[in-house]
Amino acid sequence: MADQERVTLAIDGMEITVPKGTTILEAAKQAGVLIPHYCYHPGLPVAGVCRMCLVEIEGVPKLQIGCATPAAEGQTVRVNESEQAKHARQGVLEFLLINHPLDCPICDQAGECELQNYVFQEGRARTRYSPTYPKRFNPVEDFGGDVLYVPNRCILCTRCVRFMDHVAGEHVLNVSERGDRAYIGIHPQRQLDHPWAGNVVDLCPVGSLLSKDFLHKARAWELDHTPSVCTGCSQGCNVNLDTRAHSVVRVRPRPNAEVNKYFMCDHGRQTYRAMNRGDRIEAPLVAEGGALVAADWDHTLARAAQILKGSSGTAVALVSPSASTEALYLLKAVLDGFTMTAAFRVERADGEQPLAGIAGLSLRSERAPNVAGATLLGYEESFDRALEAARQAAVVVVLDEDLDGVTSDMLKGSGNLIYLGRALPDVARSARVVLPVTNVAEEDGSFVNRDGRVQRYLQAKSGPGMARPAWWILSELLAELGRGEPLGSAAEAFEILAAKERAFDGMSYGSLGLKGVRVGNGTAAEVTA
Amino acid sequence: MGYPHKPHPRETLVLSEHFGDSDARTYDGWVKRGGYRALEQALGMEPQAVIDEVKASGLRGRGGAGFPAGVKWDFMPKQKSKRHYLCCNADESEPGTFKDREIMRWTPHALIEGCAIAAHAIRAEVVYVYIRGEFTEAIAVMQQALDEAYAKGVLGRKALGSGTSIDMYIHRGAGAYICGEETALMNSIEGKRGNPRIRPPFPAAVGVFGMPTTINNVETLGSVPHIMTRGAEWYKSLSLSSPKSTGTKLMSVCGHVARPGNFEITMGFPMKDLIYDLCGGMSPGRTLKAVIPGGSSVPVLDREEAENCVLDYEGCVAAGTMLGSGGMIVFDDTADMVYQMMRIAKFYAHESCAQCTQCREGTAWTVRILQKILSGRGEMQDLDLLLDVGEMMTGKTICVLSDSCAAPVGSAVQKFRGEFEAYIKGARQPAVALV
Repeated sequence: MADQERVTLAIDGMEITVPKGTTILEAAKQAGVLIPHYCYHPGLPVAGVCRMCLVEIEGVPKLQIGCATPAAEGQTVRVNESEQAKHARQGVLEFLLINHPLDCPICDQAGECELQNYVFQEGRARTRYSPTYPKRFNPVEDFGGDVLYVPNRCILCTRCVRFMDHVAGEHVLNVSERGDRAYIGIHPQRQLDHPWAGNVVDLCPVGSLLSKDFLHKARAWELDHTPSVCTGCSQGCNVNLDTRAHSVVRVRPRPNAEVNKYFMCDHGRQTYRAMNRGDRIEAPLVAEGGALVAADWDHTLARAAQILKGSSGTAVALVSPSASTEALYLLKAVLDGFTMTAAFRVERADGEQPLAGIAGLSLRSERAPNVAGATLLGYEESFDRALEAARQAAVVVVLDEDLDGVTSDMLKGSGNLIYLGRALPDVARSARVVLPVTNVAEEDGSFVNRDGRVQRYLQAKSGPGMARPAWWILSELLAELGRGEPLGSAAEAFEILAAKERAFDGMSYGSLGLKGVRVGNGTAAEVTA
Repeated sequence: MGYPHKPHPRETLVLSEHFGDSDARTYDGWVKRGGYRALEQALGMEPQAVIDEVKASGLRGRGGAGFPAGVKWDFMPKQKSKRHYLCCNADESEPGTFKDREIMRWTPHALIEGCAIAAHAIRAEVVYVYIRGEFTEAIAVMQQALDEAYAKGVLGRKALGSGTSIDMYIHRGAGAYICGEETALMNSIEGKRGNPRIRPPFPAAVGVFGMPTTINNVETLGSVPHIMTRGAEWYKSLSLSSPKSTGTKLMSVCGHVARPGNFEITMGFPMKDLIYDLCGGMSPGRTLKAVIPGGSSVPVLDREEAENCVLDYEGCVAAGTMLGSGGMIVFDDTADMVYQMMRIAKFYAHESCAQCTQCREGTAWTVRILQKILSGRGEMQDLDLLLDVGEMMTGKTICVLSDSCAAPVGSAVQKFRGEFEAYIKGARQPAVALV
């Protein structure tokens, strides 16, 4: 990078130096100037068709498109300071609206619509298109998959076509017809059911391609967006959880050049359903006279500590590879002193579903986000062996593992079952202590993806009742055992982990940021293999 | 059709010398008339020498833009690292233009020879002749000539026995005007939708199939053999006005003239003489109202402007229009300019490829405004709106289809405003059948 040629130009008076070959639009972004655009998307090949990003370049007679014109040394570019460019943009906006139904009140995109935004920002207050003229009309079409096409709102930016052609590599969409009769067409014998097709909904700058799943569920301005990491597989796509009140209503990709670029798969988009499940444990439970009864945290933690103090020998930890790295670390700390068998299991689907145009991006067969984290911390994928060990173990601790297929017989041996979970399967009713944990949307934490990238996720909504993050529960338990101070945040838990575990050496929530950092080289190679 | 007409004495017959002579269509007939000597000569020359000769002749693109042909050829990479292609643009679809069709119908070997010379000059081994699909007769004639040329060894691995390999294919268009735009034409050849591409990269760098490509019009390539045999100096001398416009130009004249048809004139010929002398003027009792000189895509000239216009690239620009493809549409005093503009705009609205916003929406909007005026519901502000919409459509898109709609309409609103106002004020009654 250092020896790459760089050029310096001025955009609306802001001087900026960028690598040679950078487009004016991207250079302007870096200079803090947003050049309005529709068809341009950094993750797609340039089309140059919407003509919205026209800018004035001193010494060039005609306006040029910022998305395709390279920045050049000494250029003076005007975006908002050019009346000519403004007039051109106003023209595009007026043209785009003449065939548009102006149905923002019933459109899902309203509030996050680039057409709406730019028209409000700098469009004409009134159209000059006579109300007596007909507008183009085509009926709503179900493209299959999760995608609905509303052609009347379409501005023909062709982002969807380019995504399917060049990124997904499946030629199912095109521009059909010509002139103002044009619309996005779909192959007559095909559906938009590619495992990554849902991205066209995010890519659509207007309300033309809609998610059937999200249709009319919420208005954009009611949503909060929380950075998170997808739990759908071990790829670790960066996402935003969009929440309204206490529900996650959709999951959308959050750009990360190192992991998922701008995309995520349709499987990942469905992970929000698990985050809203209603069958949750809302209070800590302790076994009293053959039944589990609700108790407060102090009492329950004391009981759990008592069980651990009163036992010795072997302990078995059955954990979920979807648990946070912090919790996985603290559980090991809690069970320090026992001879430990620490295991997880992971759901594996048949094969991977790659996104053809992006190297290294795929819906992975391992359907859990923290397999690498659990492995780095010494957990092994040997669930059956651990179950075997549980028969004679002094203590069995379950961390967020759903115990599907596990019978109470298998766990009866020890008699000391401590269960940290979200829901209460029948087999967990034999636990002596049940500690309700929050899910990924309800806590801060981190996962390590299959490439050894440590990535943070943030709390998007509150947990049910008295449920607490597993890291909090386990740190309280450590304090109860006299082996540490209670921790105030996931960040603190991570600091302790980073201090103790070599792979995480030197990392902190601050250094991870929201894009993550890969674990130390030696360890990373091990994880990737 | 009764075409071709007998040449007028004031015509300069170069390209059209053998129009109407069906013997010239055959290989033997063509050779008898001096054919393929130019190719033989060119194949014996260094490619750069051929380019220099064409450059020196001042030959400019006859498809509409008027770009110097030799300069265009010179843009091709000198260090050949990829295949080079030549595309002959025979997708003649510009309303009012019908000259390339005649070249292909009557002198197919002239085009094949011109293509072969150009291919040698730019070192292209493959030539695509992209012919408008509706030109069934021209395609049949061209295909026959091409087969003959192969059979006689003019084309193929060793063109005319030389070391140069030239293959030529006819590609038939599927009915889109926009495919006459050079980058859309390349997409169409590749089997893609005929959408113009953004430039840069220019075709000489990244053309058809991603390879360096030159695209020339039929008339341009048809002129090349004559330049080779008779020399650049001779070609340059064919100019009555600006030294920047040389050679002859086939003018396709249609509309309200007594003798419509193709007329080959020397560059710089007065438009007035073309209309009144060569074309026999208006019908009795009629007077000239307007002329669109370069196919429907250029600004309209009123009578005075037309009568003073000199027919070459510079002369047309001086008159406020363009020579374009040389498809001259003549209107007499019975013409309804509002209706004519609506028809023209409707054509562009139909043919817009739908990529660029201004063109896709602007062409259709223009039609609606004109139809509103024609139906008697127009308002005065619609005229300013027409001009403003036209302004928003000009110079802002990938190709010039959008500009081509705005130019005639805008100029007509300015020059024939009275006719538009007559509809708006109710002085002229809408003719329902027209709309």
